[in-house]
Amino acid sequence: MPRGYAGKFLDVDLTREKIEETEIPEEILYRYFGGRGLAVKVLWDRLGRKWSSIDPLGPENILTVLTGPLTGFHPGSRICVSGKSPLSNGIVGATAGTEFAVELKCAGYDGIFITGKASNPVYLLITDDGCEIMDASHIWGKICEETIKILNTEVKRILTKRKPRIGLWREPSMIYIGPAGENLVRTAAVLTKLVHAAGYGGYGAVMGSKNLKAIVAKGRGPLPDTAAPKTVEILLNEYHKRLISRVRMRQWGTGYAGYAVGANLSSEPIRNWQEEWHDERNIGGPKYSARFWVKPYWADFNCTLSCMKISCIKSGRWKGDITDMPDYELEAYCGTNLGIFNPEDNVHMSALMDNLGLSGINAANTMGFAAELYQRGILTKEDLGFELKWGDAEAFTKLANLIVKREKIGNILAEGTYRAALKISEMKGIDVTRYAVHVKGIEVGAHGIRSGKDFHDKCYAANVQGGDHTSPAADPSPKDAGVWTELNAVFADSAVFCMFAVVPDLVWELTYAVTGWRIKEEEWCREQGRRIITLQRVLLLLGGPDIFWTPEKDDDNPRRFYEPLPTGPYKGKAAEKTVVERKKKEYYKAIGWDERGIPTEEELRRLGLEDIEKEVKKLRKQ
Amino acid sequence: MSSRIWIMRDYVRCSGCRRCEIVCSLSHEGKIWPEASRIRIFAPFPGLEVPHLCAQCDDYPCVKACPVNALSTDEKTGAVIVDKEKCTGCGACIESCPGKVPYMHPTENYAVICDLCGGEPKCVEVCVESGYNALRISNDPGVNKKLHAIEPEVIAKDIAVNLFGEKGEEVI
Ligand code: SF4
Ligand code: SF4
Ligand code: SF4
Repeated sequence: MPRGYAGKFLDVDLTREKIEETEIPEEILYRYFGGRGLAVKVLWDRLGRKWSSIDPLGPENILTVLTGPLTGFHPGSRICVSGKSPLSNGIVGATAGTEFAVELKCAGYDGIFITGKASNPVYLLITDDGCEIMDASHIWGKICEETIKILNTEVKRILTKRKPRIGLWREPSMIYIGPAGENLVRTAAVLTKLVHAAGYGGYGAVMGSKNLKAIVAKGRGPLPDTAAPKTVEILLNEYHKRLISRVRMRQWGTGYAGYAVGANLSSEPIRNWQEEWHDERNIGGPKYSARFWVKPYWADFNCTLSCMKISCIKSGRWKGDITDMPDYELEAYCGTNLGIFNPEDNVHMSALMDNLGLSGINAANTMGFAAELYQRGILTKEDLGFELKWGDAEAFTKLANLIVKREKIGNILAEGTYRAALKISEMKGIDVTRYAVHVKGIEVGAHGIRSGKDFHDKCYAANVQGGDHTSPAADPSPKDAGVWTELNAVFADSAVFCMFAVVPDLVWELTYAVTGWRIKEEEWCREQGRRIITLQRVLLLLGGPDIFWTPEKDDDNPRRFYEPLPTGPYKGKAAEKTVVERKKKEYYKAIGWDERGIPTEEELRRLGLEDIEKEVKKLRKQ
Repeated sequence: MSSRIWIMRDYVRCSGCRRCEIVCSLSHEGKIWPEASRIRIFAPFPGLEVPHLCAQCDDYPCVKACPVNALSTDEKTGAVIVDKEKCTGCGACIESCPGKVPYMHPTENYAVICDLCGGEPKCVEVCVESGYNALRISNDPGVNKKLHAIEPEVIAKDIAVNLFGEKGEEVI
């Protein structure tokens, strides 16, 4: 067993209530690491040949919950959830910062593969003594805040009763879903620590489809042995020195960007991306820090960047709402994109998403889409039951609740922006897909491409994770240390640690010291990284059963990105189709795919993926 | 001047980075082992992180309670020292501690208590280096009257109200 790994995985079949411990051979771990990479490999092996017929919300889908070899050792521990996505019908590796990942490893497990569907709501309890299926009927339907509170108390009581003599049991750590996941809302997140979410991909709904409310872990063992413990210690000291020197990120997190990305870069979604520029100083860091940040430095395990800040509203109609900063993404999506420029309303909307278990990016994108349809008179008061005006936080609160309960128009919007657009187009007899800002079913992150100052041309269009802004498509060749691109993101999501906390010139040394694998960026970008996204690409194009993507049509930007920016210093700028097409093809070529983006036979052979050639051949013929 | 030291805690400043646990367990166990760290961060609710470790009570109830004299105090620092050979793992020290600070080592049969790293606490060093200053060293004997061994849940209730106002009463 390579170092850095606990050595065991859990295979849980909720239908048959069967739990087994499995091991994964070293050669596979070396080729896929963990997290996103390993999820892709296991999903291919177990479901690949019948991929197109697998319903992401059916019992045969596999929810993967994986750490990686660097989890716990690299600053900023995270967990990676994946499976067949109910939004893209491919695979997204969605991560969230949490001690849950460390507890899992300390209990002796690198990850969990969950299949089937429990007959009643359950949660999994994982300790040094193994994994148990526990009744969750008393927490089904509960918002996230209450879920955490109840499970913390309950699990501590159970563990204390079992082993009373050890002294005080510490709280476990957990990942869980809110009512959104339970009701199979496709934009539901898997959440943790009240305010952190693995949002892209819709895995909250996958968890809900399995009747699985939460996974709770408490491990009393050490983190796994490393290859060179002293070196790990020395590197960590250096890592922390560097992180501590990042003054701006430490002070503001990404929260400073709520103003800066709009005002300076002109790439912040406003009113469903109708605009991307604003000059509203109310949105963003300084205003928020003075008013809400009750804890101005908040970190995940082994991180001194502490870019998280806990916000709490002290008075007024949203008194007592708790969320993180909000970070830039939710300043944008739960703020400007809904026409909300009032800080209290922004914090409230973010807290609401956290508590209902919605992904603050994805579900809020759908809400912005709905509001634009209302603005255009396509959706009406009759469809909604109320008026939906830009900036009206009360109305958006009602809308979020409709979505989560799947009531009225909420039942359609719960399908995610793209599917909702298809349904509303049919219902109203007007093509509304042009207002849907998504790429291959995944709502686009809060970084626009039109100004050319932030994200670029093909980065979403060619992305194997659609609109996911954390891993946009980029040139696969290794870059100078310090530049962190797509395949580096694939590395962070597969070795599973926080991308913000990476120190690019130390990370490969740390990888060597932890795992004993002398892997360098060059090898990762040539082998593992490309193998992982090549498999992701194939599974994305296999798609199904309800939606299939065609490269010619769907490897593209949302139509909105071709409309000129109406305001701001980059007024008039838009994405250019010819440039996007050219850049896309260059990217495909560089990565070993043909000009439609289908991996070539030669590339599959080079990557040792001959076993998928049969399926890929079908794609080439389509 | 006395060579005794105390580790003062400023709970609301704790970021929950757990670096204290990492360095404590590395130095005492040679591994990253949060559950074997002499300082443990409790968090009864997210955001309510409570660094929990020995407070060196004036009367050392734990030392008195130990039936086999496995506990003693370090003359220089005032830390409670556990004699691993003598300790039978009976748990009397845990029961006697007003903050239930001592706990059983996860794999061995003896209690663990902060030994103040012989006078140079590693946890404080990293906490201060990071600028959090949730932990600080004091050698002023006067501070010891303000340092109470209290159970983390009790402390967390205070932090909750401190951070979240009335809402704090709901979350824990
Ligand atoms: S090092 Fe300081 S801030 Fe970090 S967890 Fe420990 S006490 Fe809290
Ligand atoms: S805090 Fe607990 S362990 Fe420390 S001296 Fe007091 S009784 Fe003993
Ligand atoms: S002073 Fe030393 S032994 Fe005590 S908690 Fe801190 S690091 Fe651990």
